[in-house]
Amino acid sequence: MRVTQGAFSFLPDLSQAQIRAQVEYCLANGWAVSVEHTDDIHPRNTYWEMFGMPMFDLHDAAGVMLEIDACRSTFPERYVRVNAFDSTRGWETVRLSFIVNRPKDEPGFRLRRTEAEGRVQRYSIEPYAAALPEGRRYR
Amino acid sequence: MAAAPALAASATDADTAADIARLLAELDRELVGLAPVKNRIAQIAALLAVDRARARVGLAGAPPGLHMCFTGNPGTGKTTVALKMAGILHRLGYSRKGHLVAVTRDDLVGQYIGHTAPKTREVLKRAMGGVLFIDEAYYLYRPENERDYGQEAIEILLQVMENQRDDLVVILAGYRDRMDRFFECNPGFASRIAHHVDFPDYSREELMRIAALMLEGMGYAFDDGARAAFERYLDRRIARAHFANARSVRNALDRARLRHASRLFARLEGADRDALSTIVADDILASSVFDDAAEVSGA
Repeated sequence: MRVTQGAFSFLPDLSQAQIRAQVEYCLANGWAVSVEHTDDIHPRNTYWEMFGMPMFDLHDAAGVMLEIDACRSTFPERYVRVNAFDSTRGWETVRLSFIVNRPKDEPGFRLRRTEAEGRVQRYSIEPYAAALPEGRRYR
Repeated sequence: MAAAPALAASATDADTAADIARLLAELDRELVGLAPVKNRIAQIAALLAVDRARARVGLAGAPPGLHMCFTGNPGTGKTTVALKMAGILHRLGYSRKGHLVAVTRDDLVGQYIGHTAPKTREVLKRAMGGVLFIDEAYYLYRPENERDYGQEAIEILLQVMENQRDDLVVILAGYRDRMDRFFECNPGFASRIAHHVDFPDYSREELMRIAALMLEGMGYAFDDGARAAFERYLDRRIARAHFANARSVRNALDRARLRHASRLFARLEGADRDALSTIVADDILASSVFDDAAEVSGA
């Protein structure tokens, strides 16, 4: 099951040129771009691992593309996303975030039903891949 | 200048040629002398224009390497030209963004093991799409200390200079003899730099024109006496030790401004526009360069 998180995730995977164009747009707005990766794709997992520092003061997407490619070749079987952080007062938040790499095989999510008090039933989801320890998923 | 639009890819050849001619004329106005530098810029401009024309008719070719090395004596305009180069390459349509990142050894080399590579990479990423200017590049290499991290920075630089030629242009600058020694120790560097440009010393006439440009920028002017005095000043200053071309001219003018100010300070109320902006012979002749001469009284 295809994971749909962040922008553009219902579209086909972005091509290299499309990623570059998005990054150019972020830099033109003065946002700091960073690259992150994870193998725990639970939707509530907002804190992914940073791949290097966020890149401030960049003028051209070439530097970011370098980091994206480095991250993808280091972790080909992990989710990699690009974040663009807007430090303008009042925003001070991530303005754009999209996935640029995903494992070849995405098994999807298990729906867990838990019996609670009375006839109440609680639902939660869990990535199938998360059953394995960190670093051994998606291979 | 950096804001000037890049040559449109669809521009006709005539437009391109006119644009390049305009650019070169501008350079001629802004930079005195420096014939070898202007020649090289004209050649590069022609090459880039021809490359674009070739691409239009389907003759493919790898983008030319434009890494440069500027050598020359102090004050010959190496840094000034490097700063202009970013804008020039942008207008010629070679560099995408046309910004300049100026660094020295401190910005590239770290202080402990593992610190250098991220530091150098960060600088390189910031410079991509524009020009990376490394002033006094020979400080990167310290042969006397074999555990110096400069070597690591050099290796990363070389790798990016080779693999990402269309992403950034590296310009090294420094004094001639020390750059030569630096290249001897790092032959890989010399061979990856296509353009070695030597900045000649300025002649007295060129220095006079530079002085006039500088004064204009500061809102002053020489009167006739001062111009003659300054020519004599230059003759003497050039012969002395530590003459630094345009930089010495700037310093001499700054000192002349000081004397001009203290001369006017006594009777400031009556000073009109002319008095406030004119440097006279006495302001120049009071310089210590004339100390050993009897000429001062005769001026």
